[in-house]
Amino acid sequence: MTSLRMLRRDWRAGELRVLAAALVIAVASVTTVGFFADRVSQALVRDAHQLLGADLVLVADHPWSGAVPELLRGSGARRAEAVNFISMALRGEKNQLAGVKAVTENYPLRGRLRKAPSLGAPDAVAERGPAPGTVWIEERMVTALDAPVGSTLKLGKLELRVAAILTLEPERTANFFNIAPRVLMNLADVPATGLIQTGSRVSYYLYAAGTAEQVAALQAAITLGRGERLDTLESGRPEIRAAIERAQRFLSLTALLAAVLAGVAIALGTRRFVERHLDGCAVMRCLGATQSRLLALHAGEFLVLGLLACALGALIGYGAQSAIGAALADLIRADLPRPTPWPALQGFLVGLVLLLGFALPPLLQLKDVPALRVIRREAGALRGGAVAAYAAGFVSLSALLIWQAGDLRLGVYVVGGFAAAVLVFFAVAWAVLNALSRLKIRSLRYGLANLRRHARGNAVQVASLALGLTAVLLLTFTRNDLVDAWRRAAPPDAPNRFLLGVQRDQLEPVKQFLAANGLAEADLYPMVRGRVVAVNARPVNEAEYSEERARRLVEREFNLSYMDAPPAHNALVRGQWTADGLSVEEGIAQRLGWQIGDQLTFNVGGETFSAPITSLRRVRWDSMKVNFFVIAPPAVLGKLPTSYISAFRAPPGKEAALNQLALQFPNLTLVDVGAALKQFQDVADQLIAAVQFIFLFALGAGLLVLYSALVATEDERRREAAVMRVYGASRAQVAGAQRVEFLAMGLTAGLLATIGAALIGQLLARRVFELDLPPSMMLVVAGPLAGLALLSLNAWLSSRKVLRASPALTLRESI
Amino acid sequence: MKNNSSVLNVLVASGIGKTVKSGTGELVILRDIDLQVTPGEALAIVGASGSGKSTLLALLAGLDTPSVGSVHLDGHDLFALDEDRRAELRGRVLGFVFQSFQLLPALTALENVMLPLELAGRDDAQDLARAMLGRVGLAERLHHYPKHLSGGEQQRVALARAFVVRPKLLLADEPTGSLDVQSGAAVITLLFELNREHGTTLILVTHDEALAARCARTVRLVGGRIAA
Repeated sequence: MTSLRMLRRDWRAGELRVLAAALVIAVASVTTVGFFADRVSQALVRDAHQLLGADLVLVADHPWSGAVPELLRGSGARRAEAVNFISMALRGEKNQLAGVKAVTENYPLRGRLRKAPSLGAPDAVAERGPAPGTVWIEERMVTALDAPVGSTLKLGKLELRVAAILTLEPERTANFFNIAPRVLMNLADVPATGLIQTGSRVSYYLYAAGTAEQVAALQAAITLGRGERLDTLESGRPEIRAAIERAQRFLSLTALLAAVLAGVAIALGTRRFVERHLDGCAVMRCLGATQSRLLALHAGEFLVLGLLACALGALIGYGAQSAIGAALADLIRADLPRPTPWPALQGFLVGLVLLLGFALPPLLQLKDVPALRVIRREAGALRGGAVAAYAAGFVSLSALLIWQAGDLRLGVYVVGGFAAAVLVFFAVAWAVLNALSRLKIRSLRYGLANLRRHARGNAVQVASLALGLTAVLLLTFTRNDLVDAWRRAAPPDAPNRFLLGVQRDQLEPVKQFLAANGLAEADLYPMVRGRVVAVNARPVNEAEYSEERARRLVEREFNLSYMDAPPAHNALVRGQWTADGLSVEEGIAQRLGWQIGDQLTFNVGGETFSAPITSLRRVRWDSMKVNFFVIAPPAVLGKLPTSYISAFRAPPGKEAALNQLALQFPNLTLVDVGAALKQFQDVADQLIAAVQFIFLFALGAGLLVLYSALVATEDERRREAAVMRVYGASRAQVAGAQRVEFLAMGLTAGLLATIGAALIGQLLARRVFELDLPPSMMLVVAGPLAGLALLSLNAWLSSRKVLRASPALTLRESI
Repeated sequence: MKNNSSVLNVLVASGIGKTVKSGTGELVILRDIDLQVTPGEALAIVGASGSGKSTLLALLAGLDTPSVGSVHLDGHDLFALDEDRRAELRGRVLGFVFQSFQLLPALTALENVMLPLELAGRDDAQDLARAMLGRVGLAERLHHYPKHLSGGEQQRVALARAFVVRPKLLLADEPTGSLDVQSGAAVITLLFELNREHGTTLILVTHDEALAARCARTVRLVGGRIAA
């Protein structure tokens, strides 16, 4: 007698399929997400570097010399160079301030330049940067200077031919605050312009791209001097980083959910398995099997099943992540890094812990079945709930999942929320069913009596059903809402132009101009640039910050603003908005260790001011709206030199109006962030597509829980119905009694699931994804209906089964 | 742990009694039961419903423990052994036939009969089981599941399962209780035939006097005692 033989027989009898499916789903989802994190997200991050133009960007206010260029040369990574400066571009009588960028021909190392052969013509990828003697200029420059492709313009002492219209460059939005329309030229031409003199404001860029190891080694080896900084994706493109992080959270969440749901399905499935094997085990005890033999046989059976299911799950996970990779093919242009076996091992581990934690407790009861059960059926009935028995499994699974997700907050929300939901669902279901069963309605008395008799079992069933239904609702309705909210984060009508440098006396004329030209009623925010010099009267010292990013934050000038009330698109998360305190963005406060009550001192153009932090704001960087790290009271900042900034949407066809704006107010800087916005939306859309795929796993797990919960009491109901029929109940009476019972259960489960899905959805949206989720009417209607429909279907199926079989047969089978 | 007095007997029960706690106090189910069963003997235990027949059978098989007294099975003091040793002893010595057949629903007829052989680690389980099913007239039904067999056929599978390990002692608990008269008669005929062929000792619990009369000796239980 071997476990393998038992496995084959039980499999054939169909008793292990739900269990196996639950395991496969759990392992597949955990493995997929593991592989995704391992491979695809690495590639995504690398690919997102195309938005930086390289893996590493080094910027200095002086020409690079000495150790850093040496390091780069010796690193084996590919290198490119650029200088940026502002200069006047001339063509005949016309002139325009230009943001000049002079690059080596191999620029960019990551991502592509795009150019068009003429104004309005479709653009295409450019393989190389501009050749010596030529420039590529932006559309606005073409209009401002009346310089079409083929004409020439003058930069300093050098005449350059306009060779193309520049439509996209990787770094375009990285530092758009101080840039004028772009002129892209070859680095070799710069000396001939004579524009770079001592004292010129020039930024010198070094770019590097290579393998992950090369980049990491470089990053570790580089020591920056005064006026030098290192740009990474984190600092350069916060909105893209936010999108990738959000996608990873969605994925982790889904994998967690799938695994925990699979745990429930396994527990329910094993319980049913055990119930159906109690008699068999009693017989085997009669026939001489010892307790340890029984345990070894069943444990062996489950172990083999577990290993096979885990292997299949890992295989599916591997296939699924390839599919995700293919779905993201447009996003990930380079080859994916090779997969490691680690995610598969993680998946295996999760599968085995699931099996151990959720199948072992009921399985252990099999060995305790007394042989006496063969004579007295009531002996050795399965012990109830045994919540404590599952506790160890639940705790170890939680720990494993939280570790796997690598996100403590997300893990705690999911696992804690799940545990709370189980308890609350059970308690509410028990109370509601009990209350219902006390109703005195004559025509429903059999059904109501059933409710009372099965109170505990029904409460377990309703709680499991509600759980499965919560997951399904969460994954269908709430997921759609979450994804919509995510898309709304950068909606199609997001601002695509930033307007900078509006002076106080230009406020009204600019507003009027925009309104007159149908360019929305843009808010203009005052902006003051200042540097933080002291915290709680202690001078700020960069060296005190160990983190590179924190160092850079304190080193640079902040964009400060002042206003009477917080901007509508920011949310206050702590403290109070006051007329004499600072409101700080929570991310920067956390990074720099600032607390509410800290006194910050800023230096603005030589003048200093101090104020306490009285509130923290949450800012959605991916909203493309104007946002500020620090907002001060008008009373303090209003006196300081101020310019105004606005973000607004210019629909296509408004280019002429924009040029008119530039002509009328020559001191303004108008930045086109449309291309960057589109880039971001593309990234978000593709990530969403990838994420949707993984939801199928969790949905599958949720459906398994539903199925397991539905069949959990089937055997008992069949027996009872048979007894009722033996004693003369008509088919209609039996079916009617079951229907009343099931409808009550369905409604309860549906309502619980609706409330659960709505609450969990809100919690996740606000706390984990930092999105606003409006309440969904669809969910409110669909939840209870789904509960009713499911249980009605079940009532119908179950009564059909019960009524079709002769009572004698049912009873004989179940004696 | 064998002793001389029990070597001659397959089964010796000495002064066994069973008391259970009930809501109102103690409920005596069996008291002062003494019983010896010699090899090859066929013994019927009869009595009305609630007279303690099934409890006695459970005690004799070591499925339950007595409040007082001892049972020696094949020379072993049953209740000096722990539950697992008792199970092993059952596997070696006893065969069972139950009123409710107790076939495993997930196993075919053949697999049900193979089960005790497999538990005993026999490599020839399949051959022996096939032969035994042939002997009870079910050669054509080897791969049927219990739910596809009639009650009489299921009980014949149970007989095959009981005899296939060649037990010294067969315990049968109301073996016809779930069957119609005709199938019941056929099963009983088969049971006695197999009993003769294998030289098995038989203890049969029944409330059917006619069936009891086919056994050489009858013990009657009244109110938990053996009636004189």
